[in-house]
Amino acid sequence: MSLPIGVLALQGDFREHLQVFSRLGVDAVSVRTAKELGGVSGLVIPGGESTTIGKLATIFELFSPIKAAIANGLPTFGTCAGLIMLADQITGGIEGQETFGGLDVTVSRNAFGNQLDSFEADIKFKGVDHDVHAAFIRAPVITEVRTSEIRAELPDGRVVAVSQGNILGISFHPEVTGEDGVHELFLREFVK
Amino acid sequence: MSSNSEAKTGTPLVKRGLAEMLKGGVIMDVVTPDQAKIAEDAGAVAVMALERVPADIRSQGGVARMSDPDMIDGIIKAVSIPVMAKARIGHFVEAQIIQQLGVDYIDESEVLSPADFVNHIDKWQFKVPFVCGATNLGEALRRITEGAAMIRSKGEAGTGDVSEAMKHIRTINGELRALAAKSHDELYVAAKELQAPYELVLEVAKTGKLPVVMFVAGGIATPADAALMMQLGADGVFVGSGIFKSGNPMERAKAIVKATTFFNDPEVLAQVSRGLGEAMVGINVSDIPAPHRLADRGW
Repeated sequence: MSLPIGVLALQGDFREHLQVFSRLGVDAVSVRTAKELGGVSGLVIPGGESTTIGKLATIFELFSPIKAAIANGLPTFGTCAGLIMLADQITGGIEGQETFGGLDVTVSRNAFGNQLDSFEADIKFKGVDHDVHAAFIRAPVITEVRTSEIRAELPDGRVVAVSQGNILGISFHPEVTGEDGVHELFLREFVK
Repeated sequence: MSSNSEAKTGTPLVKRGLAEMLKGGVIMDVVTPDQAKIAEDAGAVAVMALERVPADIRSQGGVARMSDPDMIDGIIKAVSIPVMAKARIGHFVEAQIIQQLGVDYIDESEVLSPADFVNHIDKWQFKVPFVCGATNLGEALRRITEGAAMIRSKGEAGTGDVSEAMKHIRTINGELRALAAKSHDELYVAAKELQAPYELVLEVAKTGKLPVVMFVAGGIATPADAALMMQLGADGVFVGSGIFKSGNPMERAKAIVKATTFFNDPEVLAQVSRGLGEAMVGINVSDIPAPHRLADRGW
């Protein structure tokens, strides 16, 4: 891997993702412009507010370049708001909310409810050899999986992680719980 | 695939975690569902639902209290982004009511009239997270000790004068640097001087930063003000009266959102500062007599 991993740094917890890569000894940089996007071997779309991230991406002419890069096979990993941005279809979005797409799934925004329903739990994750400590913060849920592969679900069967081709999307935040296993999986299986 | 542990709600991680997701964003004061929608459309990461913006509280006077639950409900229904609401300092029943409404964050705020001039709310008793104001490091650490999951430097709300926000973030950052430079045996006295628990002072001295996210608030009125605070190390900004007391709220809101992301790029800042119309009129903090300064509320 010659080029660094990029973390989309428009809004949200991008610094926490950069810190995970730093702990893993992997070179990572923030991405705010189309030029910076051109210099990365993989892209992380962090947690944050998907409405804000989408708008800023459009305003700063990053939306189409990111969409094209993902469609062209750039390894991409989205957490929470990042998962929403990677879903082909969303429910509970604001009027006209667009996504980069790539995952053939429907994602429901704020599916668990408001902040009082935010929670943490240990879950099994296909491809990670230990239980993953996951924080679900006003988290989305994958309500229709279609052609994607399920990576993790809750005991009640709600799907919270999927992958498809070059893309990994999860509804929780390993980057705030000190859980590096999912990032390692992304590097190992997707970025290579 | 199944879980082997119970899901836990209301934990410190989950409370502090929501603030992490708001970082790099702008939280806007709104008084109606229509304003909330404008804020969301402009790219706000959250809205603060309140009955009167600080500039109006200041000019109209009287006791400022929690907002009407109907008004908060209306704003929760209008937007998909997190909604915050304010309770008076020490008024734990207002906080209980606001939690019941299902808001995402409570601001125990000096902008409202304090209900207790000695104690703040025991925020550990709540599942909903709290944000609290601070003018210096000791105040921030005391609020965190009481359970605050996010800190905002206070500034002077409702003025459009950024000088107090500047003073508070510089004070807090300066005190953080000074604390980090102390030797271990000096931290006992540091804890005494900061009037904060030793364990928390030790943790902050080791990491050099607060254990929670810190936004700035109070007097932010322009994209340049927002970028100024971000360059000084803020995690994000609250804009109160600055947006909906200006000539063109939508354009100003969008411009402040852009400036908060591209705070280090003068080209973007110059571009977004153009053509915004009238800024809020503003009051110089130095013209406000001491008893009317909101930042002095909190102990």
